[in-house]
Amino acid sequence: MNLLLDLFLTFAKIGLFTFGGGYAMISLIEKICVEKKQWITHDEAMTITVIAESTPGPIAINCATFVGFKKNNFLGALIATAGMILPSFCIIFAISKLLDHFLEITWIAHAFQGIKIAVGILILDAAIKMLQKMQKKPMPKVFMLCAFVAMLLINIFSVRISSIILMLTAGLISLILFMVKKPAAKGGDGK
Amino acid sequence: MILFELFIGFLKVGCFAFGGAYGAIPLIRDVVLSYGWLDDEMLTYMIAVSESTPGPIMVNLATYVGSSQAGILGSLVSTLAVVLPSFVIILLVTAILKAVLKNPYVQAVLRGLKPCMIGIILATGVYMIIRNGIVIGDSVLLIRPLILTLVLGAIYFGSRKIKESGVSPILLICLSALAGIAAYGF
Repeated sequence: MNLLLDLFLTFAKIGLFTFGGGYAMISLIEKICVEKKQWITHDEAMTITVIAESTPGPIAINCATFVGFKKNNFLGALIATAGMILPSFCIIFAISKLLDHFLEITWIAHAFQGIKIAVGILILDAAIKMLQKMQKKPMPKVFMLCAFVAMLLINIFSVRISSIILMLTAGLISLILFMVKKPAAKGGDGK
Repeated sequence: MILFELFIGFLKVGCFAFGGAYGAIPLIRDVVLSYGWLDDEMLTYMIAVSESTPGPIMVNLATYVGSSQAGILGSLVSTLAVVLPSFVIILLVTAILKAVLKNPYVQAVLRGLKPCMIGIILATGVYMIIRNGIVIGDSVLLIRPLILTLVLGAIYFGSRKIKESGVSPILLICLSALAGIAAYGF
């Protein structure tokens, strides 16, 4: 199939089945773009997720733009991003024009009770896959555990701290550790 | 000039919405209310719809608000505006990515960022499963969501034991919608 058409249809499919924000989409990106189409590697998927989290805007858009650009430069990025947006654009536009009480339709409300649970499972799955591929060293483990506990507490107590603060802190600590270690290594104590 | 206002308003959202949609909602609320496009109740309803329909929540909300203010043209302008900043930023980042990734300082920062992000995603998944499946509001342990969680979890993770690729995320979403209708409809 033509690559551009493939990009468009693939991201339209991802857009159509992404519920509950960007994290749930990571499972789909892993499954489709990494395992099935092999457009990007697992490592690239990780890097782009980190970049997406550290730059403004929807994570889904960031991922689509990145993969599209990698496969076919500017045109690829444009087509992939357009594909990502199109399904939700049509759905929301139709809802806004036709359905005034969308969430009060009984069977739709019931379906969403189920989908909500699936979204949790998909996010957990994405995290488990990343954990399995994480370096098995003490440093990453400590960072991961601290972030896990902090984010869980933030969620449970509904504290208004954005995850971006956690990311910034982790990046900063890691940078400081590196800069402290570096002169010592140059000193030749072999550490 | 409502179209121009929509463009500027959602461009702001696109530029400053860090950390996914949930972090962006206060910002969107701020922009929408300060322009006086909608009242609080209507906006809350639109946020709920945007969260339950497929696609990026921010894009959904932009389409919805735009459509309510200026029809198809309004929704097009708003959606374009909310997407534009991240599109341009990622293009720039990708163009210099290879060179930047070689920088040892950047690598040091990433060494901290990656495990931190895994922790955040893990916490989000665990929290969502607890909130949606086990503890809902004040009533601990409702039977239907708990059964749905166990059944869907068993299908998704268990299917990998039988066949390596297992049930795909898309199939899981479809199954979960049907399971929700079946569990609550009867």
